[in-house]
Amino acid sequence: MDGFGEWIWFLLVFPGAAFAAGLGLVLSWADRKVSAMVQWRRGPPPSQPFLDVAKLLGKEVVVPATSWPAGFLAFPFAAFAAASLAAALSWHAALGLPGRAPGDLVVVLYLLAVPPLAAILGGAASGNPLGAVGASRHMVLVLGYELPLAAALLVGAFQVRTVGGGEAAAGTLSLEGIARFQALAGDAVGRPSGILALLVALLCCQAKLGLVPFDQAEADTEIAEGAFIEYSGPPLAIFRLTQAVLLAAMPALLVAVLWNGSAGTPGGRAALAGKVLLVVVLLVLVKNTNPRVRIDQALRFFWGPVTAAAALALLLARMGW
Amino acid sequence: MADPSAPSVIEIGPFHPLLEEPVGFSLTVEGERVVAIEARMDYIHKGLERLAQERTYDMVPILLERICGICSVTHSVCFCHAVEDLLGVAIPPRAAYVRTILGEIERLHSHLLWVGLAGHFIGYNTVFMWAWKYREPVCDLFEMLTGHRQNSAMPLVGGVRRDLPVEHFPAARRILDELEGQVERLTAAVLDDPVLAARLGGVGVLTAAQALDYGVVGPTARASGLDTDVRRDEPYGAYGEVEWKVVTRPGGDVLSKAVVRLLEIPESIRILRQCMDRMPPGPIDLGLLHVPPGEGIGRYEAPRGEDVHYVRSDGTNMPARLKVRAPSFVNIPSFRASCLGAPLADVMITLAACDPCYSCTERAVALLAPGGGPAAGVPGLLEASRRRTLEVARELGRRPAPGPGPDRWEG
Repeated sequence: MDGFGEWIWFLLVFPGAAFAAGLGLVLSWADRKVSAMVQWRRGPPPSQPFLDVAKLLGKEVVVPATSWPAGFLAFPFAAFAAASLAAALSWHAALGLPGRAPGDLVVVLYLLAVPPLAAILGGAASGNPLGAVGASRHMVLVLGYELPLAAALLVGAFQVRTVGGGEAAAGTLSLEGIARFQALAGDAVGRPSGILALLVALLCCQAKLGLVPFDQAEADTEIAEGAFIEYSGPPLAIFRLTQAVLLAAMPALLVAVLWNGSAGTPGGRAALAGKVLLVVVLLVLVKNTNPRVRIDQALRFFWGPVTAAAALALLLARMGW
Repeated sequence: MADPSAPSVIEIGPFHPLLEEPVGFSLTVEGERVVAIEARMDYIHKGLERLAQERTYDMVPILLERICGICSVTHSVCFCHAVEDLLGVAIPPRAAYVRTILGEIERLHSHLLWVGLAGHFIGYNTVFMWAWKYREPVCDLFEMLTGHRQNSAMPLVGGVRRDLPVEHFPAARRILDELEGQVERLTAAVLDDPVLAARLGGVGVLTAAQALDYGVVGPTARASGLDTDVRRDEPYGAYGEVEWKVVTRPGGDVLSKAVVRLLEIPESIRILRQCMDRMPPGPIDLGLLHVPPGEGIGRYEAPRGEDVHYVRSDGTNMPARLKVRAPSFVNIPSFRASCLGAPLADVMITLAACDPCYSCTERAVALLAPGGGPAAGVPGLLEASRRRTLEVARELGRRPAPGPGPDRWEG
């Protein structure tokens, strides 16, 4: 990417903010439709997520008297910006687009940590006790899933060093390098370490997206949306868009790092759509067949079996499996 | 940012996604642990006991169907029990069977409603939607037999107002057959789900001793191992003549309460089938015309537990006093035993686990002047309300909107 225009296009239009938000809203419709099918309902029309956001954007901005207004209003935008950039990088790699994107896997992981952080700060800045509970639950969840998520995604990068054929790929942490390696040596999920890593990453994804059984931070029947309780109108719309962008970014990242052998080919792009949809449907099915667990149970789950599985996946990758 | 470990008060209500009715729970939490709980219930008082004193004995059961959105048969039949106790009469067998059928259909839809809500409260919306889908035909069945999904207007002192349309019994049996299989699968899914067991097992435990201390009733008591059920202990209706069993579980936790309710559904279906098979011929009403002075107590096993009505008659055609003690009235205080010390997430589902019904429980309190004088009249109550509004406004640090001064309504 050379020119300024290309950068703006990359960040704001494709595969950045506009594309990610639009695709995220379509995927959130898929979430609602699949949930409805599981629950014997008809579900909303495809336009519903767009209408919801448009309606929120048209409402008055209400800032609670007890809040820190600057932070309260700024955090949703920080979350959206970071999520959009992470989505742009993930989709750039997943689609195998020409040109070298800035940033590698570590940058994407950093960017993906910003939206929960913004929710934590926004919830704390709201001055509402339920917001504070939501913020603390967000913190506990982040502590739980970040380590296994990073470990699982590093498996994709690790295989580049340990599996034969990796010499062809430059920069083991770059998403393009991982894609090039997989084009030569096959999908990461074709190996035991990759399968395990994908399972771990899917579970972490569930928590990152705040889906049941890991929606403790928003649990509407317990803490009434938690960190988002005081948000309404446009700031809430931005947070909702951020969640949509994450719904577009996370499956693309998982596919880009662990399941991207066919990136850049015409058939690969059709396969990519199928893979992303499959990941989303899996997440939605897990969401609809489980109750919300307690926050301490979630933490024990992530620090126990999930982290152990992630470590095992790294070990297997180290051994070249 | 608030220090998350310092005690803070979380208000559940008067309006909250956990609640279908307005009620106020103030939970004092340290971090996520609930250390104190306070309930306020003065949001939906309808004054139905007082209204009943202005209605004839024929009209009161129809009024009392409106005490609760679910227990419409419960309260009207319980009132009839109280007046029949006063009169010392037994209703015709066919009327007893009709009341039993209505009561058990009500139990079916009440339990299914709770199972769905409990699922929703723990984020399991699939259970919510499935349970409510199963509940629909039950409400349709009620409509098929009585003409309305909820309020039948059938119970009457001395019997029932109308007979059941027996020509609809085959269709009713088909609905029950289908429901039986659905509930069986739902129960198996709940019992076999390890995540559900981890989430609800050992949560909000009410031991048998605590259950006795608080005098809890219905599924709340039976899930704590107390073998109590008015239908068996003091049989009314057709319960003495049909085969069924009281379901108990020893655990006392939320999972046990769910299991007790789920296992009571097949028992209700058994009762319904037997009642439809054995329905005796004969009159449905004693044709009572006069209630002499006296007192009567009615007991009834509502879906939530024992309901008690007290009626005093002074010989006129309206009750001189009606007192309703709904099951939630004794079940709600047990939150002190089952919720304190638990994490917030557990308290929420425990609050819902006794299936509290707040509109049943709401009672008025007479305001006495200091020194025990007469109850405050309307101006006094308005003044108390105005003072409370000012206090709340002061607590919130707001200036109250200028309203009418005392002279406006005292004069």
